[in-house]
Amino acid sequence: LSATPEVPKEDGRPKWDNKFQYILSCIGFAVGLGNVWRFPYLCQIHGGGAFLIPYFIALLFEGIPLLHLELALGQCLRKGSVGAWNTISPYLGGVGVGSWVVSVLVSLYYNTVLTWVMWYFINSFQEPLPWSACPLNENRTGFNEECYESTAVNYFWYRKTLNITPDIAESGTLQWWLILCLATCWAIVYLCTIRGIETTGKAIYVTAIFPYLVLTIFLIQGLTLPGATDGLIYLFTPNLNTLKNPRVWLDAATQIFFSLSLAFGGLIAFASYNPTKNDCEKDAVTVAIVNSMTSLYASIPVFSVLGFKATTAYWDCLDRNIISIINEFDLPEESIMQQNYTSWISFLNSSYPEKIAGLKLKSCNLQEFLDQSVSGTGLAFIVFTQAIILMPGSQAWAILFFIMLFSLGLSSMFGNIEGVFTPLLELRIIPKSAPKELLSGIICLISFLIALCFTLGSGSYWIDIFDRYAGSVPLLVIAFFEVIGVAYIYKIKRFSKDVEWMTGRKLNLYWHITWRFISPLLLLTVFMAFVILQMQKPPSYTAWNPKYEGFPMKEEKVYPPWVQAICVLLAALPCVCVPLVALFHLVKQKCRSKDPSFVSPEVFSCQGANS
Amino acid sequence: MLRALLLTLSVVAVAHAELCKPDAQNAFKVRISIKTALGDNAYAWDANEEYLFKAMVAFAMRRYSSKSTTQISNVLLCNVTDRVSFWFVVTDSSKNVTTVPGSEVEAAIRMNRNRINSAFLLSDKTLQFLKITSTLSPPVEPSTPVWLIVFGVVLCIIVAGIVFLIVSGIQKHKKKNKESTERENLEEKVEVTLENGIPCEALDLKPGHINGVFAADDERFTSL
Repeated sequence: LSATPEVPKEDGRPKWDNKFQYILSCIGFAVGLGNVWRFPYLCQIHGGGAFLIPYFIALLFEGIPLLHLELALGQCLRKGSVGAWNTISPYLGGVGVGSWVVSVLVSLYYNTVLTWVMWYFINSFQEPLPWSACPLNENRTGFNEECYESTAVNYFWYRKTLNITPDIAESGTLQWWLILCLATCWAIVYLCTIRGIETTGKAIYVTAIFPYLVLTIFLIQGLTLPGATDGLIYLFTPNLNTLKNPRVWLDAATQIFFSLSLAFGGLIAFASYNPTKNDCEKDAVTVAIVNSMTSLYASIPVFSVLGFKATTAYWDCLDRNIISIINEFDLPEESIMQQNYTSWISFLNSSYPEKIAGLKLKSCNLQEFLDQSVSGTGLAFIVFTQAIILMPGSQAWAILFFIMLFSLGLSSMFGNIEGVFTPLLELRIIPKSAPKELLSGIICLISFLIALCFTLGSGSYWIDIFDRYAGSVPLLVIAFFEVIGVAYIYKIKRFSKDVEWMTGRKLNLYWHITWRFISPLLLLTVFMAFVILQMQKPPSYTAWNPKYEGFPMKEEKVYPPWVQAICVLLAALPCVCVPLVALFHLVKQKCRSKDPSFVSPEVFSCQGANS
Repeated sequence: MLRALLLTLSVVAVAHAELCKPDAQNAFKVRISIKTALGDNAYAWDANEEYLFKAMVAFAMRRYSSKSTTQISNVLLCNVTDRVSFWFVVTDSSKNVTTVPGSEVEAAIRMNRNRINSAFLLSDKTLQFLKITSTLSPPVEPSTPVWLIVFGVVLCIIVAGIVFLIVSGIQKHKKKNKESTERENLEEKVEVTLENGIPCEALDLKPGHINGVFAADDERFTSL
């Protein structure tokens, strides 16, 4: 190396305006919809506060090491996922290609979820909210039957938004309102990613910070609602017995893994725009801790609101019973109140048991209402929207809530699109003279056209499939190969020297142990447990079928064989890239080694890239 | 005379009791929830309110059948409970001791439901006629759905942003092209200047190049 002081080489690669933009982008990518609608649900069903124990253990041994690995890799090699892995070793190029494929698949369906959020957002400007009341039937004598039997919120979601078909095999028609919203969402994504990180770097200031503001507002509002404390106590009461169930540990590991958006290639892309002399170790720890803290912080307003909803449902149940009793026995109004309900019931039961039995009163139990746990789209579009109707000023809350969800999802989309965009830019798909705007435009247009499939009647079933198969198993496989590739093929000694050069201090023993042994082992265990659990029963889904006899319960159906084949294809496609590319290079090497003039490529080093 | 009067009255009373009783033919049950509707402004249900009710039903019958034969005394109330609920029938004064068919009463009440409700400051839910279903009013729908308007606004903003960014990108590109062509022209001019047959450019590009011959000479001279 020359004796002159380090001068950053001008390689024309775009770079972040400042470090804060980079950190914010990583945090925005990691913090997504799952922090709001998956973590609180897992906390609830896995013993409340006790779930934090496996969660933090997984964070320590799986989340932070893998995050540090990806950020260090991207920063050192200054290339997107495909280029970076090709540089590490041509045999590992498949890992980069696999990451790219997963990013493509996830971008397609993730933006459709944002489409639903946008649809709800633009409907929140109506007074009263369209999901608060059932529409009337044709002759205006009663309410629409499907709506009446389920609830108005369910009806708005399943019929007015999705217009869902009763079976995945029935595709239904394209829903024009969803197409409009989908076009808008892709236009927004195009607007923000039009010049790569130049534009996302500016947009991230809004999309990453705004959700925290809204969460705080909801926190304050949520805590003032009646029943909020019940919900919070229910959420956080630890039940240490659940830790004996291995399912809890598996869920904690998978939640950390998917929550940090690892193995998408987006983090590698973000880090590649950094200057090489940057403390990636501190960045990784910061991003991981902020992500987990956000999950915890988000679960407080979510559960305050759920507690409020359960309490209101409980009071409604009591009130309905009281009205039936008053009407039956012709008692004066307000003679039975919620407080003396139980004493009245016992009195009436002893004196007129047949009459009481004839009324068919529902038993009202607060615990039961609190137990109704939902995650995912059900939480946001059914449970939360119902709770919002009950709050005063419901339109403002609805608007705030859906903008928050949209920002959370959008900042994650930036990372996904970056994972697709950066490798394509490096592979020189378009000539260098063509503007970057063209490439991002092409990506957004093609994705929009493919994502039109998700606006069909059966679209939401397909999104579930993509979420379950494309966005889960392949990531575990790719991450496993990432760790193995860096630890054993690139060799930890070389990598630790690179990281030392970048951060300026020696690599801690913790990183050595986790990268070499703990993380690969953990990933392997999680992957096998995951696959075994999936294989235990035939893949099934729940369908919304108004003609089902158990309606409004959803009907449990099994996927037809052709759909199962697609599921396997989705899961296998990214994974199969890894051995395929390795095989391709092996064959190429064998052909080349017969050629005596062939010189093997020189050994790559992080410092060497910049001198 | 008095006895005859008393006898007719008791007969009438008995006849009324026969006509108006729970689940009698052509009788309707009414259920009123004043406290639910009015809260603190609730009035008490007394004989005056009952009189008003009879008057409203008579009014409804008159309006419906357009013949002014129904009197307040034709409306019979019975079984008033604390809930406040009671049964009522409408008798036909032209025919002795019969009630007006239920369908007519139902139609009359349906037609004038609004007026009856507002006389008592109640609504369809708080003044319930148990066998008479009310036509539900549809929610008010604006001519253009609100969401379409909001969607239009959002889309316009997005498209404006995209156009702005693309245009500014093209302008930057053009400026860069112009600058690079200007620089090329400038460099060409510079290349023309020569000094001793050596182009200046070549001279300029070698910063601080030490001529080994002279450096060695210097050392020799200063070693005194």
